[in-house]
Amino acid sequence: MKCDIHIRLVLWLTLGIASVSMAQQDTGIVHDSLVANQQAIYNRPFIGLGATGISLGGYAEGNTNYFVEDGLTEGFSMEMRRVNLFVYSPIGKRLKYLMELEFEHGTEEIALETAQIDFKISKYLSFRSGIILPQIGIFNANHDSPVWDFVDRPLSSTMIIPSTLSEVGFGLFGNMRLGRGQVSYDFYLLNGLNAGIVLNDQGRTFIPSGKSLEMLEEDNNGLPMYNARVAWYKGGIGEVGLSYYGGVYNDFRLEGEEIAERNSISIIAIDYNTDFEKVDVKGEYVIANIEVEESLQPLYGTRQKGGFVEVDYNVLRGRIIGFDHANLFLMLRFEKVDMNVGDFKSPGIDLVDLTRYDHETSLSGGVAFRPNGRTVFKVNYRYHWIRDLVGNPAARMAGIQVGIATYF
Amino acid sequence: MGRTAFIACIFLFLAVVACKKIMPGAPELGEIVAGPIAGLSSAQMNKHLLGDAAFARVYTPEDGLGPIFIQSSCEGCHIGDGKGHPINVVTRFGKPGPSGFDYMSGEGGAQLQPRAIDGFQGEILPGSHMFSTDRLPPLVTGLGFLAAIHDSTILNLTDSLDADGDGIKGRVNFIEPEPYTIFNPDVHLVNTQGKYIGRFGKKAKEITLQDQILFALLEDIGLTTVQEVEDLYNPQTGTLATDNVADPEIGSATVDNLLFYLRTLKAPTRRNETDPDVILGEALFEQIGCVKCHIPTITTASSDIEVLSEVVIHPYTDLLLHDMGNVLDDGFPEGGAKGSQWRTPPLWGLGLAAESQGGNMYLLHHGQASDINAVMSYHLGGEATSAATEYFELSPLEKEQVIGFLMSL
Repeated sequence: MKCDIHIRLVLWLTLGIASVSMAQQDTGIVHDSLVANQQAIYNRPFIGLGATGISLGGYAEGNTNYFVEDGLTEGFSMEMRRVNLFVYSPIGKRLKYLMELEFEHGTEEIALETAQIDFKISKYLSFRSGIILPQIGIFNANHDSPVWDFVDRPLSSTMIIPSTLSEVGFGLFGNMRLGRGQVSYDFYLLNGLNAGIVLNDQGRTFIPSGKSLEMLEEDNNGLPMYNARVAWYKGGIGEVGLSYYGGVYNDFRLEGEEIAERNSISIIAIDYNTDFEKVDVKGEYVIANIEVEESLQPLYGTRQKGGFVEVDYNVLRGRIIGFDHANLFLMLRFEKVDMNVGDFKSPGIDLVDLTRYDHETSLSGGVAFRPNGRTVFKVNYRYHWIRDLVGNPAARMAGIQVGIATYF
Repeated sequence: MGRTAFIACIFLFLAVVACKKIMPGAPELGEIVAGPIAGLSSAQMNKHLLGDAAFARVYTPEDGLGPIFIQSSCEGCHIGDGKGHPINVVTRFGKPGPSGFDYMSGEGGAQLQPRAIDGFQGEILPGSHMFSTDRLPPLVTGLGFLAAIHDSTILNLTDSLDADGDGIKGRVNFIEPEPYTIFNPDVHLVNTQGKYIGRFGKKAKEITLQDQILFALLEDIGLTTVQEVEDLYNPQTGTLATDNVADPEIGSATVDNLLFYLRTLKAPTRRNETDPDVILGEALFEQIGCVKCHIPTITTASSDIEVLSEVVIHPYTDLLLHDMGNVLDDGFPEGGAKGSQWRTPPLWGLGLAAESQGGNMYLLHHGQASDINAVMSYHLGGEATSAATEYFELSPLEKEQVIGFLMSL
């Protein structure tokens, strides 16, 4: 019954917004704030289509790969990672609609990544519903490839925070001045991840495996998950954010009957992104706690943590090889994820104080050339050290990637 | 320097660093356990790699995992194809019954599956059990060579009546075959009771490598096959409460690929074998009598896989059962093997045990011995008492040499 109430609430609110949109014609932007992460989804180039008020945009991303793991390589390959199309419509007064359709690896995966309606309730508060990007960490809501100087996404943002995570849900967001800076805030109710977080094809607790196509249709257990983020931003300094995502994830209920204990997940992330003249420092630190049925532990970890620090240094700016407003960056990123935090404790054999591993550490460097504000050419070198659960000597993997990403 | 030249330099630098020198190289051949036997044809290598993928595949509830299970992949227990870690011990249990040993199948025996998929419950050891025994997953490399040893070779090593009076009584474990056991006339002999020689498993319970694979798929991962179509369930929580995936959950091609993969994994490569101390240690190992069970050299029979055919191998096992005394008596019989009888484990790969056990060593069937001295202590009390006693009478240097030799295997 609770599930029904939630669905009705979402329908009622969505229909209500739709009816308002038919009556009002304000084409202004709901929020023109500079608060970076919250507004990243609107901070994209679009092309207007005249009288309709609809704007189109998108981005494309492709790269080459050459990786070697412990002396073995599958050789050189190329991939067309993504082509994403944006449709934006300022529906009416205090209302706007944004949609993003993603084609991953050609047409291997086609997904409606965003389809959201924003309704400005007041200067400080807006309502959002539809398929939305939860605000977790630095990356999920600000993941467009042309924004980032490395080809690969941060480990903590893809192995712990399941970016890109888009979910059906609704909630409130806004921002306000606070002293010389600004504070942004988001709060959403979402269908949430499912039981694939454990007993998945990774053989370990892996939060991204909790995503499924069905989560856009209905919740797997009738209990929503919650997402919230608070951030402080000041021009010339940058942004610091604190975010939370969590709730019950497993299929504890089948046909109304409870067949298992309720297991919850919580993800807490701190992210930062500086806004200095020539150096951009960004990163995040994330901790995830996952309730796992006792007999599945410690193979399936109950705690994960990780993060990254990335420094992008603007070494050249101005006219470069014929481009008037070009930029050249040197980048360095250090990152680490621990997918199973804790020690082994097993009856029979003294395993106390033996650390669980399942670590991945990576150091990356590279060059990014931005001939304009929309396009970036990337050359990256990555080196990974990977230790398995019991801590066997690290597998070593390294690779070179050359990529291009551009808004259009 | 102009801007264009500066950019060119950066890209040139990146091109230089892209050379192989900054890519991680392959470990030395002897440093890792895993790898195919040299000399496979391209078609055989292809099948080996298909089997490798099947061995590494992690099964989910949607694939047929469970409903009760121990691990979700072969690789999960046999990490890097090497010896297993104690977090993956397999527990078996049972009790003496009025008409022989009771494997307690009505209470989830003989093997405990403590984990379960959503909606089910893993098994717990029933209170009425008398014996439970922990088994560490073994190294799986070199199994193809062991499978290619002719039964007559194994029989020639037996001495069940101790005719030579050395206290060593190697005997075979005659096993009744499964309905699906596939015999190889190049290898197998049948006795008058229709039983065959077991050679795989801690107590030589399995006759063929395929039997061992089918057993592990069902009992460890909960996967049904064409040969074993009945899924596991936890009788402690309800009879026939099985998962919702149609049986068989994996096809014959997967089983076939797994079998080929295990048959074509190389034997562990020796290291430091020309080191003088290692050579002396090898001589001492022979002198104190360890080689009476840990037979250094065996020649395989003819095989349908050329690289396994009539090859001289150095597994350091006789594949026979030996009474190891009360300390190692787990009270759990298998086939003709009593609680204190264990198949001589191959010693090849012993020096690489820590490479798959997280840098530590967990030795013997239960992983309770953390070094060679502890292993030797466990050998006191049974047929190996004499050899173990002589080991402890060696000087510290000589013991080091023996250990150095064992670590070179």
